[in-house]
Amino acid sequence: MKKIAISQLNTLFAAIAARKALYIPADDGAGAAKFTLWAEGVQLSDKLNTVRSAKDLFFPQVEQLVNFKMEGTKLEIIENRDATEPFVVFGVRACDAASFDILDRVFLSDPVDTFYQTRRENGVVITLACSRPAETCFCGTFGIDATNPAGDITCWMDGENLYWRANTEKGEALTATLDLTDCDGSAVTAQQEAVREILRKLPLNGLDFSDFKDQKLMDVFNSPKWAALSESCLGCGTCTFVCPTCQCYDVQDFDNGREVRRFRCWDSCMYSDFTMMAHGTNRPTQKERFRQRFMHKLVYFPNNNDGIFGCVGCGRCLQKCPIHMNIVKVAKALKEDM
Amino acid sequence: MQERLKQKAIELLQNGTADRILGWKAGEFFYDLTPAVFTSKEQIEKDFVFNVFAGANLSKYLIAESRKGGKVAAFIKPCDSYSFQQLLKEHRILRDNVYVVGVQCDGMCDVAKLGCEGILGVQEDGESLTVDTLYGKKTVKKADAIADRCATCKSKKIVVFDELIGEQGEETEADRFGEVAKLEAMTPEERFDFWRGELSRCIRCNACRNVCPACSCEKCVFDNANSGVRNKAAADSFEENMFHIIRAFHVTGRCTDCGECSRVCPQNIPLHLLNRKLIKDINELYGPYQAGADMDTKPPLTNFTVDDCEPSIVHERGGQ
Amino acid sequence: MRNDPLIPMLGVVTMIRTDTPDVKTFRVTGIDGVKPFQHIPGQCAMLSIPGVGEALFSITSSPTEKDYLDFSIKKCGCVTTWLHQMEVGQQITIRGPYGNGFPVDTELAGKDLLFIAGGIGLAPLHSVINYCRHYRDRYGKIDIVYGSRSMADLVDFPEIIDEWCKEDGINVHLTIDNPQPEWDGHVGFVPNYVKELNFDTSKTVLMCGPPIMIKFTLAGLMELGFEKSQVYTTFELKMKCALGKCGRCNIGDKYVCKDGPVFRLDQMDELPDEY
Repeated sequence: MKKIAISQLNTLFAAIAARKALYIPADDGAGAAKFTLWAEGVQLSDKLNTVRSAKDLFFPQVEQLVNFKMEGTKLEIIENRDATEPFVVFGVRACDAASFDILDRVFLSDPVDTFYQTRRENGVVITLACSRPAETCFCGTFGIDATNPAGDITCWMDGENLYWRANTEKGEALTATLDLTDCDGSAVTAQQEAVREILRKLPLNGLDFSDFKDQKLMDVFNSPKWAALSESCLGCGTCTFVCPTCQCYDVQDFDNGREVRRFRCWDSCMYSDFTMMAHGTNRPTQKERFRQRFMHKLVYFPNNNDGIFGCVGCGRCLQKCPIHMNIVKVAKALKEDM
Repeated sequence: MQERLKQKAIELLQNGTADRILGWKAGEFFYDLTPAVFTSKEQIEKDFVFNVFAGANLSKYLIAESRKGGKVAAFIKPCDSYSFQQLLKEHRILRDNVYVVGVQCDGMCDVAKLGCEGILGVQEDGESLTVDTLYGKKTVKKADAIADRCATCKSKKIVVFDELIGEQGEETEADRFGEVAKLEAMTPEERFDFWRGELSRCIRCNACRNVCPACSCEKCVFDNANSGVRNKAAADSFEENMFHIIRAFHVTGRCTDCGECSRVCPQNIPLHLLNRKLIKDINELYGPYQAGADMDTKPPLTNFTVDDCEPSIVHERGGQ
Repeated sequence: MRNDPLIPMLGVVTMIRTDTPDVKTFRVTGIDGVKPFQHIPGQCAMLSIPGVGEALFSITSSPTEKDYLDFSIKKCGCVTTWLHQMEVGQQITIRGPYGNGFPVDTELAGKDLLFIAGGIGLAPLHSVINYCRHYRDRYGKIDIVYGSRSMADLVDFPEIIDEWCKEDGINVHLTIDNPQPEWDGHVGFVPNYVKELNFDTSKTVLMCGPPIMIKFTLAGLMELGFEKSQVYTTFELKMKCALGKCGRCNIGDKYVCKDGPVFRLDQMDELPDEY
């Protein structure tokens, strides 16, 4: 375990940023935190978490895939993927850190998505343990320890110091370049105990999804609850876009007259055109689209991924859904019939 | 108030006035109400909630609800009633299938304005709110937690109803164009930078469009592959900006200024300012007009009078 | 720079054949004239015209064709309309092969096969039929029931008449929806025709066609005493990546692009009917 005084945070950030691009959660001027490229003057936010999750750095909302040039019947493929340089992201919470495991299972399974893979290899993840969890937090449901997040390096912060523990080779390598003081883990242990006490008092503490593992897929799918749950869904993509584990995407072409840019962008299964084909869509109403999103997180994904749910309990959808419908309400309603 | 609404809801179901009740359903916390349809006394007693966080405007749901057969009773706050009437005017809601219970409103609160972390519960106590949090209790004056849109409430008048709960109100004198005036005072460059900055946060979730009662097209032009302008993520950042500007133009003269767009924006973009600017312009160029205020007046942009301003107005106002 | 599965290779259209008023068959090779990749019957490929879009099509030609891939494509959306307008020599992009394909060398080996197709649904089965014809001794009797709206809408009609119908051990049963003066074959819908033909229930069925045909034909097969586990079909859903990642073709815990598009019907019982 190492440490550095909070008063030296800027020095630490400067030292990291001297070698690699550094992103930290900073206030966006509109009351929220956002992963921001650090430069002199960028201050670490005191918000619990960012609105947009850390997935943005590995799976950006819009990403250049390839360009084409067409002349008559001739076609040229021009590889021009966005350059990705080595970077460090600081201040990732335990929930977002756990989301990388879920995203990895999608993008790094065969056939590997090399865009994501490159960013994962280039990125060093420095997590920050939570000290003031919110009422919307439920990472504990998924066995995530908010006081001991994963990542290449784990940090804890109290009023005086930032504590630092390297977990991986990448983390060790970065640590070796920095001027940190050795220390014992007693301050961290004390903070962890205090925070665990708060975690036990969270209103969603005790929320248990394990019932879903014993259910037949079609029993959950056919639940009569879906109609009422989806009734007031606006069909927007807020939940999807703030979700650290949602990864559905669209591939679109943009013809600027000189060349065609093929890019990929986030998409949402909540959107009416998500499965629209020339002959129609197989999910014609919001009920089917809504059900797809939650079935995927609660049943389909775990079925294919060793029982791991497609949710990390970050609580963003609880905070941001315009009508306050979310995975907690859905899961609780479905569990009533189990 | 909540008890009166619940009683009314049960009464309307029991006396056969309505088959369904559109209201707000309790959530996990005090503040996360969900619009919901209730069909039984038991459901209403268990889950129906009306409190300072019942901000969601229910009027747009009535486009679909009024077509589901039977009759639906809906609780409509003053500002929602303007949206409701505007939708009636556009022939989007089947009026005969809706029973409107007008509910007077003292302004809704914005949970972010409580300034509390780890909220466990909120007690309404006259003019103050007592917030119980994981980190202790805090008392907040209701006036300090009131949503921005409610702080400049345009009207307490419920413009359409079948019955009222609470007193009928009047239009207010609130200055809702103060923020617009600040934008107008900027230089074009400053204003451009302001909007580029605000709109740069857009994640194109479409929440503003989907919640907007004026955005009631069956299929939005931005979702239509054949329109040539479909985009769900921008090929460049100006496209996102254009989405909001075009949307604001599309709802001009129909936007009632309910403020739902800004309430739902996950990125806190003050989208209502775009609409308010256009409302202010209409008031100045065509005479005072309030969308949804009545069933009879023609919206200025779909009406022609010889006094209408000419295109030269752009030049006269200093535009290029 | 890494090769990413989303980045296609160039292909060129070397032959275009008009099959029906709205179906054309396109022959595609790499720009070096070589077949772009090997495939299994029933597998698909992503074809694209940059600026118009990319879409998944089943490969119509048999893997035993050494030099090219054929695609029989019906004009129905943006990409297909563009494909129908192009001329020989046009370069397009191609990536694949995708999906599981039919189990031609395992579960189907040694079996009597009954192919049932409606309209453009013949496209994926065409590849299997010609594969089985090539390795004729590996399979038992072959029956082919194929129906379309009219005589003009029967895809591959010359090949069916001149080759399939003339081979020993292959019985072709053609039908069209309504009578036509120049048609002396069967008239009626595929599901009824299948029932009339009263097939032996020892056969293994490979079926592809419009959803309504599949639904009624399946009911007819059940009446004849077939089990769902004897019936294979192939699905089509909206796809963007064809890699099992973009999420579009997800039904239940399956991805049609990766786990399908070929499914045995008893497997579909455990999946939502969102197809």
